[in-house]
Amino acid sequence: MPDPVLSIRDMTVEFGTEDGVVHAVTGVNYDLFPGEILGVIGESGAGKSVSVMTMLDLIPKPPGRVVSGEAIFKGRDLLTMSKSELRDVRGGDIAMIFQDPMTSLNPVLKVGSQIAEAVLAHNPKSSDDDGRKRAIELLQLVGVPNAEQRYDQYPHEFSGGMRQRGMIAMAIANSPSVLIADEPTTALDVTIQAQIVEVLKTAQRETHAATILITHDLGLIAELADRVVVMYAGRVVELSDVFTIFNSPRHPYTVGLMNSLARVDIDKEALLPIPGQPPSMISPPPGCAFHPRCLHSRGRARCRTEVPPLRPFGEGGDHVSACHFAEELAEAEVVGIGAEQPA
Amino acid sequence: MTDLIRTTEGAKPLDQSGPGGDELPEPLHEDELAHESGVAVKARSQWYYVRTRFLRHRLAVASLIFLIFLVLLAIFARRVSPYAYDELDLMNIAQGPTREGTHWFGTDLLGRDYLSRVIFGLRTSLWVAALVAGLTTVIGTTIGSIAGYYGGTVDNLLMRFTDLMITLPLLAVLLTASVFLGNGDPVRVGIILALLIWTGLARIVRGVFLSLREKEFVEAAKAAGAGDARIIIRHLLPNAVGPIIVSMTLIIAAAILIEAALSFLGFGIQPPTPALGKLIADGQTQGFEAWWLVTFPGLVIVAVALAVNFIGDGLRDALDPTQRRLRA
Repeated sequence: MPDPVLSIRDMTVEFGTEDGVVHAVTGVNYDLFPGEILGVIGESGAGKSVSVMTMLDLIPKPPGRVVSGEAIFKGRDLLTMSKSELRDVRGGDIAMIFQDPMTSLNPVLKVGSQIAEAVLAHNPKSSDDDGRKRAIELLQLVGVPNAEQRYDQYPHEFSGGMRQRGMIAMAIANSPSVLIADEPTTALDVTIQAQIVEVLKTAQRETHAATILITHDLGLIAELADRVVVMYAGRVVELSDVFTIFNSPRHPYTVGLMNSLARVDIDKEALLPIPGQPPSMISPPPGCAFHPRCLHSRGRARCRTEVPPLRPFGEGGDHVSACHFAEELAEAEVVGIGAEQPA
Repeated sequence: MTDLIRTTEGAKPLDQSGPGGDELPEPLHEDELAHESGVAVKARSQWYYVRTRFLRHRLAVASLIFLIFLVLLAIFARRVSPYAYDELDLMNIAQGPTREGTHWFGTDLLGRDYLSRVIFGLRTSLWVAALVAGLTTVIGTTIGSIAGYYGGTVDNLLMRFTDLMITLPLLAVLLTASVFLGNGDPVRVGIILALLIWTGLARIVRGVFLSLREKEFVEAAKAAGAGDARIIIRHLLPNAVGPIIVSMTLIIAAAILIEAALSFLGFGIQPPTPALGKLIADGQTQGFEAWWLVTFPGLVIVAVALAVNFIGDGLRDALDPTQRRLRA
């Protein structure tokens, strides 16, 4: 495998609140390889967004605090970079697509000039005309018709899907090597989601950017991702390629996620939710944070006392899981209630 | 359904030749149909809506026209006023308003044409007001935006300083300042005034910035590599323009009134330069005998202050982004 373009190492982030310290992200490790799409999934509050926002210094400090960790991008640690160096990286080498296009565009500036601004901010030598030309090109690339006219319109004259296209255009303006898409389709309705997925694919094809795709939407992961990071309560609990995650997950939480999914290929009477609630991040359960909700733990003491480390599986060690009893899952083959392997 | 129909009809791109063009409208491209955007939409800026809403506020429009008229009068005072403000007409001393001759507002005790004096007084007062409004906006916006954007210690320091300025007894400080710094010069009076009344604007701008800086587009701009200065100037200030303009109009009205009060007390503009407040002060010694000496400058002050307030009212309605619809 080639060298990773981005490596998050042992990242721990806390937020100090009135009620106590929120352990948003604890000891997270993952790599992003050139050209791949890495999906990050997990419930709200699992630390998906925080781990990437921390990297770009976009979490509010205070209350946010990076306790430890590194984010190595092209040999440099983003977390210790100076403000001005980081500003060059943001929007240049690493760009971001936000969740809600309704609020992520400045309502009083023309959409086109906001895209042009992203271009000009990183190419101080180019003229306003160059910026405009490039912005129109980008708008066309992401499938905004009448790009010339659309350039001069304001966000309120764009529909949600169009705005998200605009946001994507802005993100790929400087041909980033890493693209972070933070729930890019969550705020859109289903038909528009499908279009945005196509646009994301186009964007990735054009820029060859390694992409981190943060989402709740397992369908989106199946559609786009090459590898998947599953997060729970601020930790990575499982990491593997997308087929392994869907077909033979080795963490009870991932298994639970798959079982709670409506599937067209299996006839299911009812969806199986994961019981209980996500844990409080102020005082997470001792041991494995998932044990109070785990159908597999069955009250074993080890789950309650010992934090399970991420352990590799099978050959190659590309599949890692943080469960003490992951091997049992392999034997039981609990997935999807007798999941048939698609031919 | 109607929307759909209109989509197809409106598919003609904007830049096609106008009515009478021979060629048929180009068929809509499939891609365009797939997305919801075939409609050739006219780009309407925020300012278009602001303008339209303002123009429907009749009182504000009338006030604006009136104020423009006064400003033109003041600017071209030398050409418009029938006499120089210090020209003596010894044959007509303390004459009441008359249409005979050209002393429409009468003359004062030295036989100076009062209409000319009021026009030049207006010129001084408006000049001071404009200066105060400009300076106040610069100071107040700078302090307010820095405090609001950075928050924390910076905010605390700046706002406590602002509080301190607010607690100063305005008139006492103004009088003292004009004694020490010398008075009489409209520019100096304007600067002193501005240094004392920027506080309200600073607080308003800070408040707006406090809420704006949490918006997602700020985060998006940061993620796109924008620095603090760029975010403040390019992203946040345009969003705060409404409240700033509105408080500017209020400051203009306040400045005119405070300057009039100062001049009335004898600490503002010094003779022979006429200022509206000074004219009233001089006139009041004559009591009811020469009523026109107090009435005309007084009316002008009231009219200007009212007009500016009405304009501010109209602007507040027009700039309110929550009021999306045009008034019927």
